[in-house]
Amino acid sequence: MSGILIIAEQRRGELRPGTLELVTAAQGVRRSGQKVAVALIAESPQALVPAVSVAGVDEIVTVKVAVREFDPDVIEAAVQALIEARQPSLVLLSHSIDAFGYAAAVAARHGYGFASDVFGLEFQDDALLATRGGYGQKVSIEVDFPGKPVVLLAIRGNVYKPPEGTATPAVSSLAAPPVKSRVRSVEFVEPPASDDVDMTAAEFILSIGRGIGEEANVQKFRALADKLGATLGCSRPIADAGWLPKSRQVGQSGKTASACKLYIAMGISGAIQHLAGMKHIGTVIAINSDAAASIFSIARYGVVADIFEMADALEEQYS
Amino acid sequence: MKILVAIKQVAALDEDFEIRADGKDVEAQFLLRDLNEWDDFSLEEAMRIKEAWSGTPVEVVVVSVAPAEADETLRKCLAKGADRAIRVWDPDVEGSDPIAIARVLAAVARREAPELLLAGAQSSDHAFAATGIATAALLDWPHAAVLTQLTYNPGARSARFRRELEGGLLHEMAIDLPAVLTIQLGINTPRYASLRAIKLAAAKPIEVLTLSDLSVPASAVGEAGSLSHVRRMYVPEKGRAQMIEGSVEEQARRVIEIIREAAGGAA
Repeated sequence: MSGILIIAEQRRGELRPGTLELVTAAQGVRRSGQKVAVALIAESPQALVPAVSVAGVDEIVTVKVAVREFDPDVIEAAVQALIEARQPSLVLLSHSIDAFGYAAAVAARHGYGFASDVFGLEFQDDALLATRGGYGQKVSIEVDFPGKPVVLLAIRGNVYKPPEGTATPAVSSLAAPPVKSRVRSVEFVEPPASDDVDMTAAEFILSIGRGIGEEANVQKFRALADKLGATLGCSRPIADAGWLPKSRQVGQSGKTASACKLYIAMGISGAIQHLAGMKHIGTVIAINSDAAASIFSIARYGVVADIFEMADALEEQYS
Repeated sequence: MKILVAIKQVAALDEDFEIRADGKDVEAQFLLRDLNEWDDFSLEEAMRIKEAWSGTPVEVVVVSVAPAEADETLRKCLAKGADRAIRVWDPDVEGSDPIAIARVLAAVARREAPELLLAGAQSSDHAFAATGIATAALLDWPHAAVLTQLTYNPGARSARFRRELEGGLLHEMAIDLPAVLTIQLGINTPRYASLRAIKLAAAKPIEVLTLSDLSVPASAVGEAGSLSHVRRMYVPEKGRAQMIEGSVEEQARRVIEIIREAAGGAA
């Protein structure tokens, strides 16, 4: 029986955290006897073997490539070679920024079944079903892949927990196909560290979005956050406008609020890229004047109110 | 010198909406349509390149694969300064996933032969983050995604860019042209169209093409040309927050209770 192939993701020689979540995702749809293999495509793949030797992984396949960092041409050719060599029925990868740059290319070029930002997976009557969101996450959409012997899925992060426990999977290698690179890595540039806050460690975040209207209003919410004992965060437009440093941005390309237990979103409509950074939080309170805002689809508690009036009322009543 | 910009008219849902009888989408009357926010940044980036260049004029062409209702969105792009607009539609395109749409876009790119094809990194409605990069693969063009900076001199054989990774880390790269680049929010500040420009755009033509104009077979689009197939659409059970009603004071009181409960649980 053809197996499940997981494409590990690395950056600067380190495994990205989403990879291990894919191992757990694979367990949920693995049929009896079906093997789970993890592919390590890297300049020094051997160094990553211990990081993916976790429970649930049967095999590791290393593909040594000539580039150290992400190169879409190199990774697409390697994934294609892996698929041809191993004939998996299912290929899983993280719905990451790197995947934005290559997953659809592999699928489109070879006609594989494909869906991205998948957060649910199951087999029903022998058909693989994947669930993803639609219309700003207000609906769920179940898709299937009729007539597709190979299906490639990009899985949303922070949905599956990484497995506990280690394993000693068999390690084999596959030669990387020759590739002419057309995209070259130049350098990494760290975001300016203009602020010493660590959003990933904050347990209680009060986040503000476009609804605050103008920069002068940031202070009002900073004061409220201080009073409530919350760390002040923001959505992308606030950071893009320079009203708060990038280090305060929660979302897909901002910080994932990974330690957060309580999140208050004020004036944030809940665009997809923001939801990606806070959807997993246990208690989310959304305060927005627009009752149709997407944020109400994922929040546990919703308040339709003017955020300025609400800020005043919270200031006044909290002691 | 030409830049092609892929445009999508996205749909947002009204506060109340109904799922279609076939269970596969929302009834069209509940969809509020607008220009995809990411595409607004792509168009602005193309306009900036055009306006900063003093050599051979750069032509900015917008293209959308959509029925006639998308003309409104294409006119918005013309009002913002695009030189031409193309809309491709055919009843066979109905039911296409992003990859099937990419097959049509690739055919347009072959016809137009631009140096750059810009697309939004994703769309606000279905967020596949796939159309631009799939188009590049079908053209066999170099490609890169999620750009927050682009340096390109028209006529040059390569471009420099930064893509924005998780946690805000930036990755500077160089790419050979022609290429497909997908654009992230914040790369620039999109302009507003002036009232005069909006009036003028209303009279500008939109070139409408069919699949046969582009020699795209019907089997390449719609369900047959798609890599996934919608089984059903539904409102998830946890799909709506528990709403806190009452006066602002009452709402604030309840919010404070929840903060205290959560703090107790965390301790």
